[in-house]
Amino acid sequence: MNDVILYTIITLGGIGAVSAVILYFVAQKFKVFEDPRIDEVEEALPSANCGGCGYPGCRNFAEACVKTDDLGSLFCPVGGNETMAAVASALGQTVEAKEPQVAVLLCNGSSANRKRTSEFDSAANCTIAASTYGGDTDCTHGCLGLGECVDACGFDAMYMDPETGLPVVIEDMCTACGACVAACPKDLFQLRDKGKKSKRIFVSCMNTDKGAPAKKACDVACIGCSKCFNVCKFDAITMGNNKAYIDYEACKLCRACVAVCPTGAIHEINFPARRVKPTVEGDAPAKKVVAKKTTSEIEAKVNIVEKAKEVAKEAPQKNKNNNEDKATE
Amino acid sequence: MLKTFPVGGVHPPENKFSVGKQIETLPLPKTVTIPAGQHIGAPTQVLVKRGDEVKVGQLIAKAGGFVSANIHSSVSGKVKKIDQVFDSSGYRKMSVLIDVDGDDWLEDIDKSDELKKEIALSKEEIVKKVSEMGIVGLGGATFPTHVKLSIPDGKKVEHLIINAVECEPYLTADHQLMMEKGEEIMVGVSILMKAIDVSKAIIGIENNKPDAIEHLTKLSANYPGIQVEALKVQYPQGGEKQLIKALINREVPSGGLPLDVGCVVQNVGTAFAVYEAIQKNKPLFERVVSVTGKNVSKPSNFMVRVGTSTDILIEAAGGLPSDAGKVVSGGPMMGKALSRTDVPITKGSSGVLIFKDEESKREKMNPCIRCAKCVTVCPMGLEPYLLMTVTQSADYERVEKERVLDCIECGSCSYTCPSTRPLLDYIRLGKGAVNKIIRSRNQK
Repeated sequence: MNDVILYTIITLGGIGAVSAVILYFVAQKFKVFEDPRIDEVEEALPSANCGGCGYPGCRNFAEACVKTDDLGSLFCPVGGNETMAAVASALGQTVEAKEPQVAVLLCNGSSANRKRTSEFDSAANCTIAASTYGGDTDCTHGCLGLGECVDACGFDAMYMDPETGLPVVIEDMCTACGACVAACPKDLFQLRDKGKKSKRIFVSCMNTDKGAPAKKACDVACIGCSKCFNVCKFDAITMGNNKAYIDYEACKLCRACVAVCPTGAIHEINFPARRVKPTVEGDAPAKKVVAKKTTSEIEAKVNIVEKAKEVAKEAPQKNKNNNEDKATE
Repeated sequence: MLKTFPVGGVHPPENKFSVGKQIETLPLPKTVTIPAGQHIGAPTQVLVKRGDEVKVGQLIAKAGGFVSANIHSSVSGKVKKIDQVFDSSGYRKMSVLIDVDGDDWLEDIDKSDELKKEIALSKEEIVKKVSEMGIVGLGGATFPTHVKLSIPDGKKVEHLIINAVECEPYLTADHQLMMEKGEEIMVGVSILMKAIDVSKAIIGIENNKPDAIEHLTKLSANYPGIQVEALKVQYPQGGEKQLIKALINREVPSGGLPLDVGCVVQNVGTAFAVYEAIQKNKPLFERVVSVTGKNVSKPSNFMVRVGTSTDILIEAAGGLPSDAGKVVSGGPMMGKALSRTDVPITKGSSGVLIFKDEESKREKMNPCIRCAKCVTVCPMGLEPYLLMTVTQSADYERVEKERVLDCIECGSCSYTCPSTRPLLDYIRLGKGAVNKIIRSRNQK
């Protein structure tokens, strides 16, 4: 009986010892060196694995951070500047602070503003709908309202407003990871700098049809009339594809364009309420601005319009022929 | 026993209400909207401008490459404008709008009904002429015909197969065309045989059209090499891969073309269009369209000029019934619901179907119960339930591995699903994503 126990211990112990020796040498032979800084950097990241940085997950982003010499091209939109500072300190580098961004919906075609002309009857998925037809209104560029962006958002920063049928971005929750931008088949989302006090001005329309059909399809469409373009003192607005685009970096938030927009396509967000002047019409200050412009300035603007048209013409857009018509009303 | 394809397939109620209705030529519309892209392939280049006078049969848009097709004016009159107009895709597409003024045909088009049997042109001349006349596959896919007729070096064609199956329920356009233009179709088939240099052609017709089978069999006695074959009624027998399997028992390899098994498949409507192009010098600017539905008061087959508004056809068939819920362009299985009815008829429109409100609505999507009915009916031997699930989880590598690109989008899976799951919608989504991935992979 005792012999059996003894032999067992010796045999198993022997196998264990031999295996340990083999494993030791194998481990030495196939040792993979992993930079310990990767773990440190990963620790500093939010572990959301959202893919907003352009890498599949936080670990891959950490590897990229360790590999690169210049952190400027890498950014974790979820963690923001704090996280990037922590990453930089872990790697002994410095990094410039970036303006925090937020996703902006460039469509205001709510149920009230756009007449429904047909009904979609299939799987509630924007990409399927977009491949089937232009949308349940006459605007083929606007929001389909099936909420693929909301499904894509990993931070609960969006919801569908049942009244308007449009998605709403909750600014405080939005991390600008870009999931909605990638999800929307109509390319209606854009990441923009949050700006001072989160004030933003943007053209909430992506309709590239000519003015008349655009306006017919949606009350608040950008009709490409160029009024905002003419009133802007800071050259922040460019015209092209029958619509206006406001460059948020050049925009000084003067709101002159908002006042002149005939369809209300330009939105202002987080501004204090305007003081109401009962005797003066809403667009009076804007007119003054126009008057201030010298002729040469206006001429220069016209040149820019022509240039923008040419650029748009060359661009392989499906509506390129629209630009042959004048963008002015 | 009648021939058919061995894997999958369904047999929906046929509902061919417009069967036996003489092809009526519709009066000319006041304006036509001719989309500048009516085929699969490169977009065309519009040749006319606003204010130009055009004649019937005049070239108005030039093919933009080899895989592309010319577009000819279907009416005579003045070009009103060239603009983005809604077409059956539900998007605005570049179109030529023409105000109709009289019916002035180009002089070299032979307008007579007289049958011309002698084929004067050589093989190369036929293919060139087919390309010039803007002929595309009229079964619905609108693939340029001259591309199919241009056989690459090293490939050998043994069989010409004529698809006269019309396996889609409701549609009767091809059936009626066979009854009325049988001789012309036979000459058209002979021309196609000459173009691809084969001595044998098989016309496949489903057994629910006994009169057409009898008529064409009788005619085929005078045309050497042409054989008419009756087939069991089974959807989607009109898919070219299914038809080849049914008729000559050859299987087109995954990702391959009928050419790989020595076949060229053409639709029977295309054969007629080829006859008109070669013998009558007439470009493809009109086609037969079935307008039908359970509550349509006058189901009909119309000879329609391309660019005519769908509204006009519906009106001619007795107007939109009060309980209409959905208007579909094409067949009920593969057709496309229209988001508006003022869209133009194009070369690919085989039918306009009007469904009752109650029969047109989709039912609620329920969970998959793993009954595998979709697997049983899939004519390509795919697993639709799996393709849908992996597409939903965006695992496109797996979708590709499960041969999503073999899907012919016949819709048998969605039709048969007891949980009314939108299988095909998701498969199309996966197919699109996989195609995109493959394109970007090839660019690298």
